[in-house]
Amino acid sequence: MKRFIGFVTKEFYHIFRDKRSMFILFGMPIAQIMLFGFAITNEINNVNIAILDQSKDSETQKIISKISASPYFKIEQQLTTENQIEAVFKKGSVKAVLVFEKDFSKNLQTRNHSKVQVISDATDPNMANTITNYVHAILQKYIVELNKNNQPINHIQSQTQLYYNPELKSVFTFVPGVMTVILMLVSAMMTSISITREKELGTMEILLVSPLKPIQVIIGKVFPYIFLSIINAVVIVSLGFFVFKMPIEGSLFLLAFESVLFIVTALSLGILISTVSNSQQTAMMISLFGLMLPVIILSGFIFPISSMPLPMQIISNIIPAKWFIIIIKGILLKGVGLNVLWKETLILVGMTAFFIVLSIKKYKIRLE
Amino acid sequence: MNQEKIITVQNLTKTFGTFTAVKGISFDVYKGEIFGFLGANGAGKTTAIKMLIGISKPSSGKAVVAGYDVVENTESVKKSIGYMSQKFSLYDDLTIKENITFFGGIYGLSRKNIKLKMNDLLTELSLQDVANKLVGSLPLGWKQKLSFSIALLHEPQIVFLDEPTGGVDPITRRQFWEMIYAEANKGTTIFVTTHYMDEAEYCDRVSIMVEGVIEALDSPKKLKEQFNVASMNDVFLKLARNVE
Repeated sequence: MKRFIGFVTKEFYHIFRDKRSMFILFGMPIAQIMLFGFAITNEINNVNIAILDQSKDSETQKIISKISASPYFKIEQQLTTENQIEAVFKKGSVKAVLVFEKDFSKNLQTRNHSKVQVISDATDPNMANTITNYVHAILQKYIVELNKNNQPINHIQSQTQLYYNPELKSVFTFVPGVMTVILMLVSAMMTSISITREKELGTMEILLVSPLKPIQVIIGKVFPYIFLSIINAVVIVSLGFFVFKMPIEGSLFLLAFESVLFIVTALSLGILISTVSNSQQTAMMISLFGLMLPVIILSGFIFPISSMPLPMQIISNIIPAKWFIIIIKGILLKGVGLNVLWKETLILVGMTAFFIVLSIKKYKIRLE
Repeated sequence: MNQEKIITVQNLTKTFGTFTAVKGISFDVYKGEIFGFLGANGAGKTTAIKMLIGISKPSSGKAVVAGYDVVENTESVKKSIGYMSQKFSLYDDLTIKENITFFGGIYGLSRKNIKLKMNDLLTELSLQDVANKLVGSLPLGWKQKLSFSIALLHEPQIVFLDEPTGGVDPITRRQFWEMIYAEANKGTTIFVTTHYMDEAEYCDRVSIMVEGVIEALDSPKKLKEQFNVASMNDVFLKLARNVE
């Protein structure tokens, strides 16, 4: 036990004295959460638009005031002719232009029908799509108000309800995603690098010549990272909870248990990587391209798995991060327990056992 | 000289696939002697040492180190030996004191004992003033001396030095050998590999390995007589040339 404490102390000296490690360990999680939380967002807010009102009557005024009252749009400019539309887009000052036809109110009253055109700048296709959807929603609402008194004949009304994230806040999917990426990064990449570093420096040889058993060396090396990863998980969840008002519906205890399980999965992957690489560079490359990219792309963190081509969907099953994201989204947003998540949990346990057995085998071969 | 054997090697062989790095070598090392283990690069020295210190399993043959079989009793072998490798083997980002504490700790020394040894060691190497400096900031010569002292911290019966003086200036090399002599006088067996033939002259006995086989083993004086040359350098060249 005393040896173990001595070993772990040494490991902490390594970490705390290396600025790069410190940055990856503590700077990255906070920076990533802030970045994903504030900067990268699918929502629109205060988008600049322009209006070309060729009718200028009471109805168009009402619609315009509804639009400008919404938090999504800011009316930047009133245009007077159609020629101006192209010019404002080229300047980039507005993202969309609303064009009301001539005699808008009159048409509405006499023909029960009038037109408004939404033109949007599709150099950013997602944004253009979102903007048109939002404008439609506002117009739809206005029509419903208009028809309040008139009894419509046949009418199907779809009532939409969004469960678990009614405001469609993207930060709710980013917090679990970032947590997964960070835990993977810290646990797998940092341990594989720190183990291969000792190989590179020749100190691993000294450790193996000492009476320490190989398994003691490995546990001594990974223990600090378990500890630091847990701290990271706590930091990320608290940031999500306090700064972004992310709900924590399920049990904190289960969340902690699943996080530790995932940390161990990632650590065993890190150990596995260190058994197949002899230099820090190799370990880093394998971790980055073999782990980080699949975690970001195939885990469902950013791109939904269900819309991937079938082969990709099949591959995504072997990514531990996919299962962990399902688990923590379930706990945080839906508040479900182990009775629902037992399958995902078992998969993670199985993967961990597999990686550990594999790295022990590899390790033995190396010692021969 | 003491004739008590502390290392006995019989027919030790190591094969990697179809390549045999060490071809059934046999030799004895006596307690308290400085045993030089020479050979050109790739002659199989490092492979042989790795088997003796218990981090590589022999393909066949037997080696007994400090009374323990290297295969059956690896843990006891490890407790009885010290090791310093050709790669510098302390932690650069730890201070001198932290390195001593760490290595004392993994060999199971008590805290009190470590403190005692630390004071002795720092005084002996006159490192008191820099004891709290990172090892990385020390000149290479100092690091090697410190590394040697740390390998001796747990008072091993045998210390294995794998090219301990590589890249060190002649004065430091001299001082290093003085440390080796002092330690040998205390009764510690020194097993050393080197590429410097003048260092080979300092050894009590020298073995020269060529292509996985021990070609010669005797005191430097007798080897020079046997090959009828003036220096160990010539002995080495003659043996190496025979191969070509």
